[in-house]
Amino acid sequence: MANISLTVNKKQYQIDADPQMPLLWALRDIIGLKGTKFGCGMAQCGACTVHLDGEAVRSCVTLLGRAEGQEIVTIEGISDNTSHPLQKAWIELQVPQCGYCQSGQIMSAAVLLRENPHPTDQDIDEAMMGNLCRCGTYTRIRKAIHRAAEIMNG
Amino acid sequence: MLEHQMIKVAVRKSSLDRRDFLRLSGLSSLGLVLGLGWKSDGQEMIAAGADAVTVKLNPYIIIESSGTISIMNPMPDMGQGTFQSVPALIAEDLEVSLEQIKILQTGGEKEYGRQTAGGSNSIRGQYQKLRTVGAAGKEMLILAASQRWKVPVTDCYASEGIVYHKPTGRSFTYGELAEEASHLPVPQNPQLKDPKDFKILGKNYPRPDVPLKVSGKAVYGIDVELPGMVYASAAHCPVFNSKLINYDDTETMRIKGVKKLVRFQRALGAHKYDAIAVIADTYWAAYQGKLALKTNWDFGGNDSFDTEKYEQTLRDMAGNEGQVVHSDGDFENAFHSAPVQITALYELPMLSHSPMEPQNCTAQWHGKDLVEVWVSSQGADRVKSEISKNLDIPADNIKVNILFSGGGFGRRLYNDYAVEAASIARELETPVKLIWTREEDTQLGPFRPPTFSAMKAGLAADGKPLAFQHKVISPSMGSTLEDKKDTSGESSSMTEGISTQAYELPNMKNEYVFSQIHIPLAAWRSVTSSTVAFAHECFIDEMAVRAGKDPLDYRLETLLTKPSDTKRLLLKLKEVSHWEKPLPDGWGRGVAQYEFFAGLGGYVVEVSSKDRSSIHIEKVYMVIDLGTVVNPDTVALQVEGAATMALTAATKSAITFKNGQTRQTNFHNYPLVRINEMPDVEVHIIAEGGPKIRGVGEPGLPPFAPALANAIFAATGKRIRKLPFNINQV
Ligand code: FES
Ligand code: FES
Repeated sequence: MANISLTVNKKQYQIDADPQMPLLWALRDIIGLKGTKFGCGMAQCGACTVHLDGEAVRSCVTLLGRAEGQEIVTIEGISDNTSHPLQKAWIELQVPQCGYCQSGQIMSAAVLLRENPHPTDQDIDEAMMGNLCRCGTYTRIRKAIHRAAEIMNG
Repeated sequence: MLEHQMIKVAVRKSSLDRRDFLRLSGLSSLGLVLGLGWKSDGQEMIAAGADAVTVKLNPYIIIESSGTISIMNPMPDMGQGTFQSVPALIAEDLEVSLEQIKILQTGGEKEYGRQTAGGSNSIRGQYQKLRTVGAAGKEMLILAASQRWKVPVTDCYASEGIVYHKPTGRSFTYGELAEEASHLPVPQNPQLKDPKDFKILGKNYPRPDVPLKVSGKAVYGIDVELPGMVYASAAHCPVFNSKLINYDDTETMRIKGVKKLVRFQRALGAHKYDAIAVIADTYWAAYQGKLALKTNWDFGGNDSFDTEKYEQTLRDMAGNEGQVVHSDGDFENAFHSAPVQITALYELPMLSHSPMEPQNCTAQWHGKDLVEVWVSSQGADRVKSEISKNLDIPADNIKVNILFSGGGFGRRLYNDYAVEAASIARELETPVKLIWTREEDTQLGPFRPPTFSAMKAGLAADGKPLAFQHKVISPSMGSTLEDKKDTSGESSSMTEGISTQAYELPNMKNEYVFSQIHIPLAAWRSVTSSTVAFAHECFIDEMAVRAGKDPLDYRLETLLTKPSDTKRLLLKLKEVSHWEKPLPDGWGRGVAQYEFFAGLGGYVVEVSSKDRSSIHIEKVYMVIDLGTVVNPDTVALQVEGAATMALTAATKSAITFKNGQTRQTNFHNYPLVRINEMPDVEVHIIAEGGPKIRGVGEPGLPPFAPALANAIFAATGKRIRKLPFNINQV
């Protein structure tokens, strides 16, 4: 156990935890941010995707020790009122089914759009390949990312 | 926000007596609701609504004097849209808008009857009943208003939660009328709205759960958190039917946060499997504790089970005579005397459901004989009955809180994990959340049954069918899950739809050959149609090819001479897919349909191949026949999802066994289709009214894989008879 300080969605947290614990479980069970989901625990599904210093990482395999001192952003931190262009596009196109994978999908897509405001289908496929959706919302995700790009670029 | 407070009350009261419990049960069925208003600090909400007059007009409609209108939803939402589509049935005839209502989930209370979402049954099973509930409520409110005004009922009407007196324009809100209305007799035959006046049904209304699901606010079973809660991670043996001989927890107990171990049994159908849970103050510690646990199992000989050997057994049984499930004319004679005879064997594998949210449940005992669970499940009523049966407590002593489910696909019809959590919690003073790993979810079943299909057809020289046989060789769901000795009743579920397609096939004799297995098997989205439709529709294609006919024309002109819903569906597919338009070189298109208990759908798939080996899916067209549609956009989404799941089943994954253990463990060796592999799906809905209402969630699945395989044949000349296949190298 160790005292670990985390910055999540611009807020400071001091937690007492095993530095080997994956960030996912600290976010969910200690800090209480449950929007980040557990799907596989081995970087296969993307349900646990968060931003670590602006990069999309799988929090299920990111050890707390590594996350310490960096800017962490979760789905709860990307907007206060579902106003992020991706959230708007997701609502407009009614993307989610069960919704369980969608936090991770949006977090991956957010990095894509920041880096590439005009992604092609192929860019989208490449950026989103790490995010599984068992319900099969892929074709809508693709459309929603294009739509979000439009919203973003005014 | 009433929803969260009740649960807080329920968990805060330390000495809850039985009457409190039941009262809270009743109330918090308006309570803990699907992510709306869930906050980790809900304390300030506790008092809210306490003195407001709440009137239950009937079990489904709750109107508070403040004006809040709540509708109880008996059908859990696992992504299929029932959180909106089912309450919409009530709202339409109650004359309230979807924006006006609060949706609350039922908790298995008897008054709501069936509360299980499965078999694509939510809309077709509830349509008439819930519309009637809404209409009766509206008539009671209107009558209450007319009595207050002392005017004829016929001078009053309702709209958007308000009753108006037409001649004077006076009005009362439903909230103002609810108390009086609740004393009126419930009309037995209320007038339902004419569909042409629908404001909600048939329209693309945005779903209220979507904003929650894009902001991390939707509450799934796995997100439940209670004061003082501990976590459990369990060791199950991947060899089924093993007995736990002993264990060594020395290393486990060294892990910081681990509190204790609890032995329990996993109850699945009639089976009880030994298991042991590690309890800790974080999930991570519990999971580490489980990894460190040394368990010693007696496999009881079940470690010799092997999929390759089992499949050979099924193959060997293809020649056996089975139970005759359908017989018409004289198959043997007609087949043997037919100028053209074709036979083929199709092989479909076991699968895991693999919903994205791993199985989990939170449970807490209030004293010795009252238990409360929070769970993602397809059926609150089934959670109740399974806990009641296995823990031997009355159903009335069980309170079930249904949360959003991160997928179901049939897996969450079986509430073994809820029984587990309740069993573990019985040994603890605190609430406990049990979370399965993905590995457990993949390895432990219950799995989709494997089915093999031995097909035979006799054709005349001109290609007309003279004799037809579909023989299914498989273990069965019912007998393995319930451990039945008598399997004579299994044939109907394992031969779903094979004898009831609209095709005019003379001298048809269908059979079922039962094969024993000890692995637990269960319904998987679209049940047995998910496998037998592949054999059926690919073989029809083989017949068309042998007859020298275009496969769609063969179906329409030779097999469907009379009008039928299937014929209408295929004609529509022909039109929307531009079937007659020539395709570029190296392309091919395939068609398939399937009608079964859940409904009727069909696909045309177009593929291309540069080298007659690697396949690219170019375009997918789908038609679904519903009769009546509630939310067309949700239907399209369900079909897109079913096609994706079917593509995974056809080209990616199978569950196989070696040394009695499931070989697949997680998504690296049980892969799912990813975004780059999924083509667009163009969905068309036939909804021409009529008495028949068909299902949405499942009919999009069975015909996809055969349409794909038939397209691949058209493009490459290669016939696929075993799934899964490698789409990059057929
Ligand atoms: S839970 Fe982290 S990638 Fe699946
Ligand atoms: S919406 Fe259910 S897993 Fe993606």
